[in-house]
Amino acid sequence: MHDAALAFHRRIDAALADGALRRALALTTGRLARGRTDAFAAMPDAEACRTEARRIRAHTIAHLDRYLDEFTRAAEARGGRIHWAETAADATRIVTDIARRHGITLAVKSKSMVTEEIELNAALEQAGVRVVETDLGEFVVQLAADRPSHIIAPIVHLSRGDVARLFQEKLGAGQDDVADIPAMTAFARRTLRSEFLDAGMGISGVNLAVAETGSLCIVTNEGNGRLTTSLPRLHVAILGLERIVPTAADLAVVLTLLARSATGQALSVYTNVITGPRRRGPGAGPEAGGEPDGPEELHIVIVDNGRSRLLGGELAEILYCVRCGACLNACPVYRHIGGHAYGSVYPGPVGSVVTPGLMGLDDWSEVAQASSLCGACRDVCPVRIDLPHLLLKLREQAARRKLAPLWLRLAMPLYSAVATRPALYRRLGSIAAWLARAVERDGWIRQLPGPFAAWSASRDFPAPAAQSFVQQHEARGVVTGAAS
Amino acid sequence: MNEPPPVTKRPTRVQLFATCLVDRFFPGVGHATVAVLERQGLQVDVPLDQTCCGQPAFNGGFVEAAAAMARHTIDVLSRSSDPVVVPSGSCADMIVNHYPGLLAGDPIYADKARALAARTFEFSQFLVDVLGVTPADAQPGPSLAYHASCHGLRGLGLREQPRRLLGAVAGGRCTDLPDAETCCGFGGLFAVKMGPVSSAMLRSKLDAIDASGAEVVVATDVSCLMHIGGGLHRRGSRVRTRHIAEVVADSSHA
Repeated sequence: MHDAALAFHRRIDAALADGALRRALALTTGRLARGRTDAFAAMPDAEACRTEARRIRAHTIAHLDRYLDEFTRAAEARGGRIHWAETAADATRIVTDIARRHGITLAVKSKSMVTEEIELNAALEQAGVRVVETDLGEFVVQLAADRPSHIIAPIVHLSRGDVARLFQEKLGAGQDDVADIPAMTAFARRTLRSEFLDAGMGISGVNLAVAETGSLCIVTNEGNGRLTTSLPRLHVAILGLERIVPTAADLAVVLTLLARSATGQALSVYTNVITGPRRRGPGAGPEAGGEPDGPEELHIVIVDNGRSRLLGGELAEILYCVRCGACLNACPVYRHIGGHAYGSVYPGPVGSVVTPGLMGLDDWSEVAQASSLCGACRDVCPVRIDLPHLLLKLREQAARRKLAPLWLRLAMPLYSAVATRPALYRRLGSIAAWLARAVERDGWIRQLPGPFAAWSASRDFPAPAAQSFVQQHEARGVVTGAAS
Repeated sequence: MNEPPPVTKRPTRVQLFATCLVDRFFPGVGHATVAVLERQGLQVDVPLDQTCCGQPAFNGGFVEAAAAMARHTIDVLSRSSDPVVVPSGSCADMIVNHYPGLLAGDPIYADKARALAARTFEFSQFLVDVLGVTPADAQPGPSLAYHASCHGLRGLGLREQPRRLLGAVAGGRCTDLPDAETCCGFGGLFAVKMGPVSSAMLRSKLDAIDASGAEVVVATDVSCLMHIGGGLHRRGSRVRTRHIAEVVADSSHA
């Protein structure tokens, strides 16, 4: 097994040994999953809406070049400045260049997975820009020098007590400040308010961009996204290449499902649709009919970073994803190991496709094995992405590229060769049964050899029958169709 | 209770695809399946040359190995055009939902795969949807808890059929396990490749079984039952596992 896979298994073991993490995960994923179930149950046309949302996303991805073109023209017509970033390094360089040009020393940020993907904070800090995360969860992640472990609930791995201790240690919070969650939230708000006022740059992600209007839709539950995108002089929006819908009506369809899938809310508390920077009036000053607030400049950085390679390929369907996180909450593997174990900013079923899709299989083939293919993820996906199918495609690619474990690469063709020779299959089955019965006790085997020891570590294995069912049935004299 | 219209004309003969696990580890499930089908007046053929549907290779990404096994299984089950009954939601799902895609580019087998998929049924699905069987009154016996195996549930849409059969033969002594639709962690080679995660998922399932107070866990698949049963035995639990065909066969009315 290669180093990256070994490291993955070590992280899994560490997560499984962490009782506090397991309890926190069970609590939050359970709450979010129940919220999603209840919200969909209360929606009479939920399935029709999912069908329509899938159609919209499939259509957009199939014609992405056209909609990106339409979006950029519309956004530029409203005064936005478009930047294309082929790689993560290009994206961070574009943002740090903008900061440098404007002499920015402080930036506030609302929650964005693509900025985590491109590691924007580190690049900005290196360029001398202090970055402050303003989503409460991300604020905590930043204080702890940690990483988000869920795409919509970044501190699903932490307890209230963990956060209280952080606030006391890092921010000098008093007992009253951490008495309960409202007190802690109020304390964070006070801490953040001055940062909003002082920051020269606000950085956001984009949940969905609307091609026909050039608008950016950003949803949050804390209002921090609204402050981030309207108070500072500059707004820099980082947009994943695929997060486009053709029209405002399409946006409404996807928004109907997004918050319901993510948290069970009918709609996030704040839904912002931003079209261009502050509009100036015909005259010189604000008195001349312009808008009184909003950023002076809006920069939209469209990030590819491997996405366009997926277009037209067998993993293209993963680009339909709108990052609601429902598949994480539904996944029994994620629910047991949490997000950090995956080693990528995108964990869970969607991450197990996105990460190898964007970063390549060489270091990321093992995450695609971290699924029992139970299909719970597909059941809850608002755009019905067939995640098990995509995981199978990745496993197929991994097997072709000899990234699967050696014993499987040897065993599977051999098993197939035997299973397509029924007489040999029956004979070898009888021999294996005879050998196994030498080590069984009361019908069970307690220790299996080689890679199968991973089974017997926690469960017994049934002893095979001396005579197979087909042979027993044949003895009745009614088995049909024997060929040699 | 209203019966759904039979999806095909009532057949007189069926083929049994026992699956490799039933064949080698749980022959009693094969006999129970035959007994139930024969009680329905059907002639049951058990093709001798059947082996494995190929799912372990398919799920591992070894598509050539899987396709070879799929072609073999298609050959074995296409010597007659009788419907195929499979006492496993997972292996039936493999034949119904994955064979056609796996062999889509095969000039000889693509059509055969689709034809086989159209006449292959999981055991409870065949009894309820095709034969319209609803066994009569419930009988006394141990308390049963139903676990919904993933591929039957989500691949074949087995929701009502197994519960109706169990409700009919066991009545009030059969309930759903808590979190009945959560994976037990088997996942074929997943249990070996990802042993610790699989074990953690199994532990949650076993805890749910303990909490249910049931004496017997029932499912449509011996693969899940082998996993759950192995965990119960390691734990020293007295709870037993039974395949749905065995439970139905125990009832003299089906």
